[in-house]
Amino acid sequence: MQHHQANKRNIPGFGLSLGLTLSYVSLVVLIPMVSIVIQSANLGWLGFWKTVIDPRVMASYRVSFLCSLAAAAINCFFGVMLAWVLVRYRFPGRRIMDGLIELPFALPTAVTGIALTALYSDKGWLGGPLAQWGLKVAYTPAGIVMALTFITLPFIVRTVQPVLEQLDPVYEDAGRLLGASGGRIFRSIILPEITPALLTGFGLAFARGLGEYGSVVFIAGNMPYKTEIAPLMIFSKLQQFNYGEATAVALVMLGASFLIMLAINTIQARAAGYVKE
Amino acid sequence: MSTGNDRPLRLLLIIISVLFILLMLVTPLVVILVEAFRSGLEAYTKAVTDPYALKALKLTGLATVAAVVLNTAFGLAAAWAITRFSFRGKGLLTTFIDIPFAVSPIIAGLVFILTFGRLSYLHPFLAAHELKVVFATPGIILATVFVTLPFVAREIIPVLEARGTDEEQAAALMGAGFLTIFRRITFPHIRWALLYSVILCAARAMGEFGAVSVVSGHLRGKTNTLPLHVEILYNEYQFTAAFAVSSVLVAAAIFILVARNIVEFTARKESDYVR
Repeated sequence: MQHHQANKRNIPGFGLSLGLTLSYVSLVVLIPMVSIVIQSANLGWLGFWKTVIDPRVMASYRVSFLCSLAAAAINCFFGVMLAWVLVRYRFPGRRIMDGLIELPFALPTAVTGIALTALYSDKGWLGGPLAQWGLKVAYTPAGIVMALTFITLPFIVRTVQPVLEQLDPVYEDAGRLLGASGGRIFRSIILPEITPALLTGFGLAFARGLGEYGSVVFIAGNMPYKTEIAPLMIFSKLQQFNYGEATAVALVMLGASFLIMLAINTIQARAAGYVKE
Repeated sequence: MSTGNDRPLRLLLIIISVLFILLMLVTPLVVILVEAFRSGLEAYTKAVTDPYALKALKLTGLATVAAVVLNTAFGLAAAWAITRFSFRGKGLLTTFIDIPFAVSPIIAGLVFILTFGRLSYLHPFLAAHELKVVFATPGIILATVFVTLPFVAREIIPVLEARGTDEEQAAALMGAGFLTIFRRITFPHIRWALLYSVILCAARAMGEFGAVSVVSGHLRGKTNTLPLHVEILYNEYQFTAAFAVSSVLVAAAIFILVARNIVEFTARKESDYVR
């Protein structure tokens, strides 16, 4: 170990690269993030508590939480299916389909927002027929779920895809030879392999959904208690120059994202440990 | 795949997947184009060449270039420090680098309002020197740089980590300087990953909405980026103009997707060749 470390020091540029990295991260990320802590200290416990348990704020947490959860769940289903189809099957247009998966990351969220609103409003191409069936999408929680499903689609496909690529079809063939049904093969052979990746993708999609703003505000309709998301609560409090309350709502959201990130890291650490054994 | 009796299932899954992609991803693009040209070519040209649209395009370009240049330099330095040396607190540093991906864009905007705005401890100093950060161009650039900070570092670190340090150590022992080592040994291994991450960084910078919206103060012609311009037009019920400007961003997004796929394809081919 001693020897190894001494060797590593032969490579030049340690001081410079670490110095640059630390200064940049401090200036762009750490100092601004610390200002949140300072600001909420100014607010005091009582002010913080009153803001956070305000019924309208609580409702916005619930909307954000449930809609992100629903979108991530929908993408678990379609994400695994898309990853499977892209990895295992060959058909015309497969490469284009594979290339399109990242579209939600490349398209500005505001553009996504207005396009989906036009599409799913009562006069839209898809919203019109759906409204006749009695299903309103735009300006309801369903619209929020739709926008979040679009935005978080790439996460699960792109986390599950590499795992499926590594998975040798030999095991499935063996299962089939032993007389297992398709469903049984999926449950007993494929699902256990992709579960860590699926959970990671789910966590990433869920976290992104909680914080997403641009694509949602247009289609949500932003009705208090019904379709108002937590990021919008922060935004409107900032518009009223109510910085203290905005910070309080933000702190709760930061706590939630921190817990999700912790969960993802634990899952990944466990999966890595499992592989090593 | 080897047996023939899963053919119906295969066909069914392919059909559902293609329909899902068409419905979810392709129709929104088609809607934008149709709405953009609804009032004819003349209205489209007018919306796209409107002075406010051009100013917004300029600011978006400026913020994107700043984010790409700064975060590429940072990403390379961070990857070099983290993968080539061992030091205490490395895990913590990596976590800090990931923060911008974990927080909502609205919170990213909020922290800059708190750091440089009216309530900040820095505010008296900034006011005395007539420096405007929030509700001005520097704020837009800072917010864009913040949300795109991890892109390059996160893409390069795993590549360098997997490579190990043997080649660099050998070169250093033979007396090669930093620039020689980086140019001749490190760079050829990371160039595709670097290009790939720069493309993703540019895409996010160009499209950033929430963070920029918070720090912009919505001053038309001054602090408007293209996505914010789209929002203003939309909220003023100028739908055709909003979709026309959006179509420019759609074109950029498709260009980015194509570039990304070419880079990935070339990189895969090259690594097969090496193997």
